Amino acid sequence: MNFEHTEDRRMLADSLNRFIAEQYAFDARDRIAKSEHGFSKEIFQQFAELGVIGALFSEADGGFGGGGFDIAVVFEALGRGLVVEPLLGAVMVGEALSAAGSDAQKQKLGDIINGALVAAFAHDEAGAHYERTHVATRAERSGDGWVIHGAKAVVPQGERADLFLVSARTSGKLDDEAGISLFLVTAKTPGLTVRGCPAIDGGRVAELAFDGMKLGADALLGTEGQGHATLERAIGRGVLALCAESVGAMEAAKTATLEYLRTRKQFGTLIGSFQALQHRMADLLLEIEQARSAVINAAAAIDGADRVARERALSAAKFSIGRIGALVAEESIQMHGGIGMTWELPLPHYAKRLVMIDHQLGDEDHHLQRYIALGKEVAA
Amino acid sequence: MDLNFTPEEEAFRAEVRAFLADKLPARLSAKVSSGKILAKADMEEWHAILNERGWLANHWPEQYGGPGWTAVEKFIFEHECALAFAPRIVPFGVNMLGPVLIKYGNEAQKRHWLPRILNGDDWWCQGYSEPGAGSDLAAVKTSAVRGIDAQGDHYIVNGQKTWTTLGQHANMIFCLVRTNREAKKQEGISFLLIDMTSPGVEVRPIITLDGEHEVNEVFFSDVRVPAENLVGEENKGWTCAKYLLTYERTNIAGVGFSVAALEQLKRIAAAQTKNGKPLADDPAFAARLARVEIDLENMKTTNLRVIAAVAGGGVPGAESSMLKIRGTEIRQEISSLARRAMGVYGRPFIEEALHDGFDGETFGPAYASAAAARYFNNRKLSIFGGSNEIQKNIISKMILGL
Repeated sequence: MNFEHTEDRRMLADSLNRFIAEQYAFDARDRIAKSEHGFSKEIFQQFAELGVIGALFSEADGGFGGGGFDIAVVFEALGRGLVVEPLLGAVMVGEALSAAGSDAQKQKLGDIINGALVAAFAHDEAGAHYERTHVATRAERSGDGWVIHGAKAVVPQGERADLFLVSARTSGKLDDEAGISLFLVTAKTPGLTVRGCPAIDGGRVAELAFDGMKLGADALLGTEGQGHATLERAIGRGVLALCAESVGAMEAAKTATLEYLRTRKQFGTLIGSFQALQHRMADLLLEIEQARSAVINAAAAIDGADRVARERALSAAKFSIGRIGALVAEESIQMHGGIGMTWELPLPHYAKRLVMIDHQLGDEDHHLQRYIALGKEVAA
Repeated sequence: MDLNFTPEEEAFRAEVRAFLADKLPARLSAKVSSGKILAKADMEEWHAILNERGWLANHWPEQYGGPGWTAVEKFIFEHECALAFAPRIVPFGVNMLGPVLIKYGNEAQKRHWLPRILNGDDWWCQGYSEPGAGSDLAAVKTSAVRGIDAQGDHYIVNGQKTWTTLGQHANMIFCLVRTNREAKKQEGISFLLIDMTSPGVEVRPIITLDGEHEVNEVFFSDVRVPAENLVGEENKGWTCAKYLLTYERTNIAGVGFSVAALEQLKRIAAAQTKNGKPLADDPAFAARLARVEIDLENMKTTNLRVIAAVAGGGVPGAESSMLKIRGTEIRQEISSLARRAMGVYGRPFIEEALHDGFDGETFGPAYASAAAARYFNNRKLSIFGGSNEIQKNIISKMILGL
């Protein structure tokens, strides 16, 4: 039993934290997050040069990490810095390429790792409400290739992505697990329309529409109709990344709130001397430690062979993070009082990110139900 | 980062499991798992079995008869005992007084009292709380006045202790007494060992809301206590008290109890039906069950993180306050769900069914009779050992620096 990170991971976290402190202070982040592009390609490439993306992948894939705790260490640091650059897309699309890609397709992994290629995960649809098997987008064979009709909802940084991983149904009913196929789609493919807008927690998102979009045979990733297993792996990595990001953001929100309780005076005394606030702060600390434990459990389980144990740990973590993230966000704003409502303060931006993480890859309710359903598989 | 136990620790776990399979009497584990009340003889029997193996005083150093376990080994032992539904070790002598005597007692006291704790010659109880000193423990008023007469150096003790758990079985009590009224609150307190068979000691039962006689009031009227029964220095008893409380909190999360209780709850939820379907499939019940299970999974890891942090041999600090709060909340929630799972059969209460010798008919399933009683009894968890609100004060001061 050992809860220390390896020397390599600690060094990576240190250099990433230092880079963020120097290059990504709140003003810079705010400027980037509301910019026309929604992130900085330059910063993204600097992350790649630091080895941040390489750490998310195994040596076999051209990286130098790829374990659950590599993802956890990187994304916790990104969460502390409220980073909007598209690293989530990199880890998710990269995982799918690694799991199911042909040799030719895997060539793209190198460009993801060196930051040349921005990848985006395009799976959610308007009516799915996080249900993974809900795929209405259809792909039909046409000659050697495919024709895609349908739409994808709220793709992170979709306007600037070079490569999309798109799920589409090639057979089966709307909610079937079988019959989902995955496609690699490059930006500017004819028949693809991208409509973007800002996200409330910074950065930009986009809706994708496919109107008879034609793809070559080489666009299919993995076996036709059997994309679900690959999706699950990619989403698993994404869930872990988001959970770790959340813990980083929680720590930042906690530090800011504690600092405020120690400096703000009312009624002639520090508000941190009031027991009503002390107990709420103690609750937050306790909950954040539980969230951290949830991330540790998920990171330890993600590379395990037992599918149900792995997926349960991931859903348990995302449920915990969803619940605790919203609590930390709401309580931090409340304890800050009026100033916590202002754009100028970093804290509310952390609060927004903490809450919006619950709107990505399944919310608290979704993952609680998934955890219960997976438990029945154990019992059966 | 590695959540696995070492091969040596796994071997130790196997050793503990084999011991429990071999030595834990089925009669005792059946009583514990069904929520029955243990008799004094039951607890003494289990203590003797553990003592024979050298595992009773697992917090003591080897030179005093402890097994010399690491923090991880202690955790594994306590966890496995809970999973096997072993009786709890009665903590007052073994886990509370023992470490205090080892740290603050003189040689004569250690030589005399420690072996008697191990052998079960004395049954100790704890004389801390008073009617006016609960969470505010330093407000104790029970007085001890020093005097010398023909029979020797002694104290005369007057006052009242309360919430004295299992005091009805005890022949000895360790007390916080006030030896200096002039000094500041914490500075006039002494730590005194009192023979409960002395003239002037009276024990009166307090019946708790579940109908149980678990706690007592203890009254002292001009009780003569030999001065040699003072532990540590006079007026420095608060130091002993604080030290003891850290030991009281070492297994405070009670993860093993929760794991065992949750497994039991799942079996009950599968057996109880609602409209012909298992209660476990009811979405509202299933959601509550899953929530507490996830919280417990997180808690297990939090507990191991704290243990790993103190594995160097230290005593857990304010982090144990977090374990206490969440650990007791989880235990309370599980017993709350067990009560709910009984439906209408939560209400019938045949007190005798919780004791030995009952052969009458129960109402509803056999496990129903203890569920509500256990739920009500478990309200104590967030009150004793420093209430959960006191724990938040400790976190606020020691960790958050507020």
